[in-house]
Amino acid sequence: MKSIKTLIAIVALAGLTSGAAFAQSHEREIPPRVTWSFSGPFGTYDETQLQRGFKVFHEVCSNCHSLNKIAFRTLAEKGGPGFTKEQVTALAATYKVKDGPNDAGDMFERPARPADFWPAPFPNKQAAAAANGGAAPPDFSVIAKARTYERGFPWFVFDIFTQYQEQGVDYIASLLPGYEEPPAGVTVPDGKYYNKYFPGNVISMPPPLQDGAVTYLKGPDGKPQAPETVQQYAKDVAAFLMWAAEPHMEQRKEIAFRVLVFLLVFAGLLYFTKKKIWANVEGHA
Amino acid sequence: MATTHASASAEPTRRDFLFLATGAAGAVGLAATIWPFISQMAPDAATIAAGAPVDFDLAPVAEGQIVKLFWRGKLIFVRHRTAAEIKAAQETDVTSLRDPEADSARVKPGKDQWLVVYGNCTHLGCVPLGNEGAFHGWQCPCHGSVFDTSGRIRQGPAPINLPVPPYAFTSDKAIRIG
Amino acid sequence: MSGHSTYVPKSAVGKWFESRLPIMGLIHSSFVVFPNPRNLNYFWTFGGILAFMLVSQIVTGVVLAMHYTAHADMAFNSVELIMRDVNYGWMLRYLHANGASMFFIAVYVHIFRGLYYGSYKAPREVLWILGVIIFLLMMATAFMGYVLPWGQMSFWGATVITNLFSAIPGVGEVIVSYLWGGYSVSNPTLNRFFSLHYLLPFMIAGVVVLHIWALHVPGSNNPSGIEKKTDKDVLPFHPYFTVKDAFALSCFLMVYVWFAFYIPNFLGHADNYIEANPAVTPAHIVPEWYFLPFYAILRAIPDKLLGVLAMFGSIAIMVVVPWLDTSKVRSGNYRPVFQVFFWLFAINAVILGWLGSKPPEGMYVIASRICTVYYFAYYILVLPLLGLFETPKSLPASIADSVLGKGGSGSAMASGAAASPSTKG
Repeated sequence: MKSIKTLIAIVALAGLTSGAAFAQSHEREIPPRVTWSFSGPFGTYDETQLQRGFKVFHEVCSNCHSLNKIAFRTLAEKGGPGFTKEQVTALAATYKVKDGPNDAGDMFERPARPADFWPAPFPNKQAAAAANGGAAPPDFSVIAKARTYERGFPWFVFDIFTQYQEQGVDYIASLLPGYEEPPAGVTVPDGKYYNKYFPGNVISMPPPLQDGAVTYLKGPDGKPQAPETVQQYAKDVAAFLMWAAEPHMEQRKEIAFRVLVFLLVFAGLLYFTKKKIWANVEGHA
Repeated sequence: MATTHASASAEPTRRDFLFLATGAAGAVGLAATIWPFISQMAPDAATIAAGAPVDFDLAPVAEGQIVKLFWRGKLIFVRHRTAAEIKAAQETDVTSLRDPEADSARVKPGKDQWLVVYGNCTHLGCVPLGNEGAFHGWQCPCHGSVFDTSGRIRQGPAPINLPVPPYAFTSDKAIRIG
Repeated sequence: MSGHSTYVPKSAVGKWFESRLPIMGLIHSSFVVFPNPRNLNYFWTFGGILAFMLVSQIVTGVVLAMHYTAHADMAFNSVELIMRDVNYGWMLRYLHANGASMFFIAVYVHIFRGLYYGSYKAPREVLWILGVIIFLLMMATAFMGYVLPWGQMSFWGATVITNLFSAIPGVGEVIVSYLWGGYSVSNPTLNRFFSLHYLLPFMIAGVVVLHIWALHVPGSNNPSGIEKKTDKDVLPFHPYFTVKDAFALSCFLMVYVWFAFYIPNFLGHADNYIEANPAVTPAHIVPEWYFLPFYAILRAIPDKLLGVLAMFGSIAIMVVVPWLDTSKVRSGNYRPVFQVFFWLFAINAVILGWLGSKPPEGMYVIASRICTVYYFAYYILVLPLLGLFETPKSLPASIADSVLGKGGSGSAMASGAAASPSTKG
């Protein structure tokens, strides 16, 4: 009996490891892990980080990238960047949205309200592509969940238990500062750039961030809340995009814990109930 | 059935407590599970947020005209009342009404000519026809409720007057609803 | 669903009703006093878990359908509306999406349990075949459900899978355009998939009723594989098995909650958060994990028609398993050689799944072919021949004897479920 099981285990292990051995082939660099406040079972968003990330998005990214699914009002919702309702109303009013038709049958523009969704920088996809060298900048609403890299065996199994699911944000945080001179032998077409984290390495987006390009709010010591560097901007905007993609994450993890504790207690009660009931049956513990 | 020795339950109280606790936990869990399924029926956040105030320009509305507009997806009548209509509304004996309410309570002070009311019959929600019925206010085509020129119920099955939505004059000739 | 109903209503109203519609008696005889083998281990709780999952998927699904818009231009957006604005919408969607995976985890345990303990053998062939039909309906439902969010994987998954039918000689192209309702996967496709995705679960529920009906004719198989003979072999369903099933279900729910609430996108694909784009195919198209073994079989064969036939054949062959297995002994516990081949089959299936997620190149293709050969060989060669040559261990005289330690022996499966009090000898 023992030997059969050992044999099976060896066959299984051999199959999986040999498979893993020839799985390594792609040259794309794996983004390094970033420590995020929102990872793990009790993770929460860091409000100040989301606000900084929003500032980067607002001042830099939003010139080309849309954020179609996010309404202004959500910036003031619980579990988010924690802006006040007044701040959000004032922010919305700086944007114009198309409305109508009015009684005369004309479309008209009006200042945005908190209920409006984030206006896109381009009227349509074709216009966005035309203005950006043929490549339309992707929408940012769920991009933190829409980007990933392959974890491979056995890491993806461990991820179930460690709850590592920040591949998308790690990738974004690495991609933005990931521009480099192309290595020898690699030619990059005109109007394209070399990025070591981008799949295929040739990216249409020019390096979007420079040190000092976005001014962060000053802390009580008169210094900026966080370093005004490309690395920090990238992390902050990645965190903001994680929130944009998963605005109810804090509530989700909170409920998860409560439900699990309940189930643990309930399963325990059922276990003892089951033992009690089966105790009468001869041959059962 | 397999041999069971029922006498094994030496501590009936502990046993009963266990069963009770398990059953109670199950009931609590079930109730907590049901809640999200009920809560999702409520208007979603986008719908609630979309109820922003609506500005309306009164200038183009001629005397005697009734204009329809929407706020929060609900129909609203804006009626530019004639002097005769105002007079009829004001001279009605309030105590004789089913839903007693003075005309002055249904319009803004000094703006007697403007009546703003919800446009769905308080009976079962149909849209009453303007300038119809015995009181020349509205008459509902569905079940015959008759409203006067103040939008108050006078005849038929509707229980209450057409309600007045929250609104305010932003200038002499413009209102903001909501 | 079982013969003898001893149910007598207590109240006058109950008696009045029962004499007109004896449904309480049916429930009583099927789920209260129904005699179950006393030695069922925890692998037998998965039937109940599956029933729960079906109900859970239907309930969450009906609620999601209240908010979802089945239109190519609006579907993706309406899913995000559910995730962001509907009260607990994120919870309902994540429960539904991960529920599909949990449903398949449970059904695979259920199927492998049946394969190990020979639950498909006479007199349970019809019961088994109904199970295969449920499995097929589940696959169709899950596939169409995955199309509904109208992301990149939805779109390209739908394109690839519907194109399978183009392999049919002569009429393939016509069939595909009928499936699509157009010249490509487009809005009419999405609409009909939504309609069918809503319909099929109720058809599953119907077949589940037949499945339980067919189960209650001979009653459950059990780890010893011996039919119940006397009252000593059985226990009433309630409370013994209701409480056991409830305990197993609550443990299963912890896994479900872990996935749905903590790592809700682990089992999905990042690409499905990109709206469908008919002009760009994602770099790696992979189906959901529960289809991967079959997908690997499809790709293992370098011919379009044969590949499709092999894939459908890999499921269809399960229908004839009751007649392929020639062994007189039902339970794998008493078949030492069978156990080796069975566990290899199980590992083979896992490896096939892993291969299905890999690009179809180099070693992966070769490995897929070896695994595909073993998959079919298990059914076509191993099961028929093993029954003729294998010497099984001696069987206990009765179920009661197997529990009370008279005769029989330990087994790989039983020791794997050592936590189960009911399998302790």
